[in-house]
Amino acid sequence: MRILEGEGVKKYFGGLAAVAYIDFYIDQGEIVGLIGPNGAGKTTLFNLISGSLVPTSGTIRFRGANVTGLKPHQICKRGIARTFQLVKLFGDMTVLENTLSASLFGMSRGINQSQAKKESLELLEFVSLSTMEKVLAKGLTIANQKRLEVARALATKPELLLLDEVMAGLTPTEVSKATELIRKIRDKGITIFMIEHVMKAIMDISDRIIVLHNGEKIAEGVPEEVAVNRKVIEVYLGT
Amino acid sequence: MDSEGRAIPKKFLSLVLLFLILILFAAAPRYVLPYHIISLTSIFMYITLTVSWAVFSGPTQYMSLASAAFFGIGIYISAILGKVLFLPVVIGLGGFISFLLALLVGLSSLRLKGMYFTIFTFGLSELIRHFVRWWEVNQTGTVGRWVVHVNPKVVYYVMLVIVLMTLAVSYMIKRSKFGLALRSIGQSEEAADHIGINVNAVKIVIFAISTFFMGAAGAIMATRWTYIDPSIAFNPLFSFMPVLMAIFGGIGNIYGQILGAAVLTFLADVLLTKFPYYYMLLYGIIMVIVVLFLPNGIIGLKEKILKLWTADRMRLYANT
Repeated sequence: MRILEGEGVKKYFGGLAAVAYIDFYIDQGEIVGLIGPNGAGKTTLFNLISGSLVPTSGTIRFRGANVTGLKPHQICKRGIARTFQLVKLFGDMTVLENTLSASLFGMSRGINQSQAKKESLELLEFVSLSTMEKVLAKGLTIANQKRLEVARALATKPELLLLDEVMAGLTPTEVSKATELIRKIRDKGITIFMIEHVMKAIMDISDRIIVLHNGEKIAEGVPEEVAVNRKVIEVYLGT
Repeated sequence: MDSEGRAIPKKFLSLVLLFLILILFAAAPRYVLPYHIISLTSIFMYITLTVSWAVFSGPTQYMSLASAAFFGIGIYISAILGKVLFLPVVIGLGGFISFLLALLVGLSSLRLKGMYFTIFTFGLSELIRHFVRWWEVNQTGTVGRWVVHVNPKVVYYVMLVIVLMTLAVSYMIKRSKFGLALRSIGQSEEAADHIGINVNAVKIVIFAISTFFMGAAGAIMATRWTYIDPSIAFNPLFSFMPVLMAIFGGIGNIYGQILGAAVLTFLADVLLTKFPYYYMLLYGIIMVIVVLFLPNGIIGLKEKILKLWTADRMRLYANT
């Protein structure tokens, strides 16, 4: 089943086409990787899906319903959550408070504070941050900040999770831990669409990969296909 | 088990304490000199302004300098309608019109952040002051207005009720999920939006609620001044004082806000009577010292002293 579909999605910044004209889809339960060189339009596409930006033209459908042009908080309440390329935590709030506010405001209606707290603690356990619930978010290491951002996104109870470079800046051990976490999230029944530069990780984990270059989709398919695609190799190696 | 056993009496004790303080304040007019009743009323007024300012500006870090506008609206409502309507209605209206004005201000200043929001609110407050002056001179042909006289004891009790309501509402907002939402907005507005918080709605509604009490306080305090004009009612000091008092006491803590407002109002009173010529000078010096050395306000001083004290004891142990 198509959980997310984009048709002719376009975004111009002045005269520059950040996203030129893209059709794409994500099936329920998939892990889809989004790759491409810097400036390819990956984060712009995420911003269009999550409501930070409104497309110049085109439509985006989530579970069959048109969500183009909705505000971020409305998109969140429909069931799409995201993380940010540069971590945007609530730095002066504790780890628990970060997930708590997401849990109180996300998808769930009429949730009370003690339920939300219980859920938050379970999520922190899930991302292995349970010993740090009382620590201020700004005091965490980068790897843990990224985990907390994932936990906060999950606390909104999404069906689709957009991960924007969660592995950037992590050590190889941390990358393999993050890979494991992403698989665990998918096993919970959450569909994942992720931007990543760590090639090995994205090739390992994705069911399908979409490649962007200069705002256009230049390739799409299972990792093995994409890895040998001539256009993709050209773009990455610059031949 | 142990901690639970202790927690209940502690909660009970603080309730009893609160009740005793209430009785003390309720009975004060019977035992205290009229002059002190007026001082206490001023303290209540500044606590109301400070706490309601901090409900919104504290967690969101949107520094509003429009308190004077809302306070002044209350004053003018009282001056215009005080003679024709019952006092409780006038006070309610003062709050309600402030609330409506704040909704408008909120809607028009949504996209402004940081310094721009601050300057906008200050400009707006001044704009209202000048507009009212222009209106009075050109349309009604007056400069100032007389306000109905109300017994100082009544003013005292009304102000006591308003300050209690302000504290209760501030406490409830802080404890609710909207308190968390306001803090989230202060930390990262974008992230707050993406976790499902309707950032604009939360900001506008809480801002408007917080100004209700400023308007109500203005409506009752106007009766104490008997004569008002735009520069009394919309005095920019009513915008600056709540900010200073909150910073002085400790901006993020409701006890800090109360303490800051109470201490500074009391201090101003004492300085004004004891050193009428150096009043502002001394006041300024004290403010500078606090901002320089106590970035977390006088509430932050507690932790500093605690730290020094334990360090001292450690040294004593080391010497023996």
